[in-house]
Amino acid sequence: MKIHEYQGKQLFREAGVPVLDSRVARTANEAADAFKALNVPVAVVKAQIHAGGRGKGTIIDNPSQRGVQLVKSADEAAEVAKNLLGKRLVTVQTGPEGAEVNQVFVEAGCDIARELYLGIVLDRGAALPVLMVSSEGGVEIESVAAETPEKIFREHFHPAMGLQSFQVRKLCKKLGISGTASRAADVFMKRLCQLYVDLDCSMAEINPLVITGSGEMVALDAKITFDDNALFRHPALKELRDLTEEEPAEVRAGNAGLSYVKLEGTIGCLVNGAGLAMSTMDIIKYHGGEPANFLDVGGGATTEQVVEAFNIILSDPNVKAVLVNIFGGIARCTTIATAIIEASKQIGISIPLVVRLEGTEVEEGKKMLAESGLAMITADDLTDAAKKVVQAAQNA
Amino acid sequence: MSILINQDTRVICQGITGSAGMFHTIGCAEYGTKMVGGVTPGKGGQTAAGLPVFDTVEEAVAQTGANATMIFVPPPFAADAILEAVDAGIKVIAAITEGVPVLDMVEVYRRVRSSDSVLIGPNCPGLITPGECKIGIMPGYIHNPGKIGIISRSGTLTYEAVWQTSNLGLGQSTCVGLGGDPIVGTSYIDLLKLYQADDQTEAILMIGEIGGNAEELAAEFVREHVTKPVAAFIAGATAPPGKRMGHAGAIISGGKGTASEKQAALEAAGITVAPSPADMGKAIQQAIVSAS
Repeated sequence: MKIHEYQGKQLFREAGVPVLDSRVARTANEAADAFKALNVPVAVVKAQIHAGGRGKGTIIDNPSQRGVQLVKSADEAAEVAKNLLGKRLVTVQTGPEGAEVNQVFVEAGCDIARELYLGIVLDRGAALPVLMVSSEGGVEIESVAAETPEKIFREHFHPAMGLQSFQVRKLCKKLGISGTASRAADVFMKRLCQLYVDLDCSMAEINPLVITGSGEMVALDAKITFDDNALFRHPALKELRDLTEEEPAEVRAGNAGLSYVKLEGTIGCLVNGAGLAMSTMDIIKYHGGEPANFLDVGGGATTEQVVEAFNIILSDPNVKAVLVNIFGGIARCTTIATAIIEASKQIGISIPLVVRLEGTEVEEGKKMLAESGLAMITADDLTDAAKKVVQAAQNA
Repeated sequence: MSILINQDTRVICQGITGSAGMFHTIGCAEYGTKMVGGVTPGKGGQTAAGLPVFDTVEEAVAQTGANATMIFVPPPFAADAILEAVDAGIKVIAAITEGVPVLDMVEVYRRVRSSDSVLIGPNCPGLITPGECKIGIMPGYIHNPGKIGIISRSGTLTYEAVWQTSNLGLGQSTCVGLGGDPIVGTSYIDLLKLYQADDQTEAILMIGEIGGNAEELAAEFVREHVTKPVAAFIAGATAPPGKRMGHAGAIISGGKGTASEKQAALEAAGITVAPSPADMGKAIQQAIVSAS
């Protein structure tokens, strides 16, 4: 689960990780008031969307307006907020349709001496969280990793022990940080690593991390992602979820216990199991088609879930044909066949439907489909199914 | 021979009184697995699926001589259950549970790796030595005793691979589902070592997916240490970056963990890579032919 920068900074503040004074605004007037309340000569107005790259991102139909802008008066803050709120911001991460800005963050300006990068992620190979810092603040870490990997420094830490002071000293040495700033770094980095553990984060990224003229270390950005599997022990964090940032069909699928990812193609997929669902997309592409989605109905799919899965797939106007690919294990083919028949009755599927069943109770399942009188194309194996559905989508 | 489990393996189920635990305990016993008991804290002394239930794994091991366990306990308690099995000296631990918090696995992984236990999963279908022992949720009847060792991060995609090899008359020595989470107890490399040393296994089929670099590390290991024919398939060539594809670990992040990188690494190590998921069986057959 992702959250907004303003929410992340609130969590930082609670954990004692230094941030600047700030306010959230949902109208131009609130932005003006926020500027006055901060009582500073310079502030920054930042569009709040989950995607990164906001500083270089621009508003649709108003390409001169960027997602992050310096302001020097309450009027200017209101003007910028007006240009951002309710508009769609396009960044390198949003895709061409952009994301709607529903709130802006008005943050005090600061005296920047140095910009760094800091990120914490899980190192899967080491099976430990890893703190990464880089002297290249403000630059995307992927491009630093690709072009100048020697500028990224890493320290692993164990959740129970946390980051140790000697590790911060090593990092400071490599980054050329000394004096007041190195003492600030010790507090900052250890607290942030602790927050990562305490809140079950899967990523915490600050870009840029700033050292001020007086040697303080401050988080100028806050990008946090939580481990969905650990949210059960953080009920307060669940409240931070912003459904407007998510694809509506994916939210709907999640509510039904389905795993769904929307894609751009024309062939809907309904599959059991994540690996087989990915492979089904792959084989459609391999035979010249484009998958419209990833959809895993899971091992214990019920009729209600399969009906909802069809509803979601068919609500995508790009879908010209649907491929059902089931390898019955624990989920029996007869259960799936019943669900397909029920779904067809309830929804009335009007586009070509290709069904490939294999595994537990396959013969009975196929027989049920054949006797149902429903118009569908049956397939014998994966390749046959993929070729038939690609053909059907092309003819549609 | 086979790897990890065989006809003599004695298996308990942690979480046997839950619906999934009960259902699959019965399924495994029907397959022929020596199911010897179950554990549910607070329900010791009862019977479930016709087997004795114990309060602790320690007690279950003492009473039944169990040396393997199948874990179905809910995610908040899964780490505890795995650690209890390690503590009791269980040799093979299959954690089927999906949704274990990843930071729980950081510590569990360390403790398992410094013990004599092998952890398969979590978030996996389990493992099976056809005709001898099934510990997990896979449909037993699609498997045939044979010579292919299968390693996979997926569930139903593994069934597909098993089915294809069975249809080609190859059969399987042991099939292991590693699990779809970012941190799992056992790696491809751990199993490649076991398959390389196993007489029954003549060839190895690896099924990978996007996310992480486990397949790349495995490819490197195959190049240096595996003399048996190896074939592979990688799922997720069409997956968009930054999106989790069902499995918690199946995500391309920061441009890393793509299917094409993995395929290239595998091919560079001399591994036969199936271009389509329908060709996994053919790929391993081809790898065997070209090696002979």
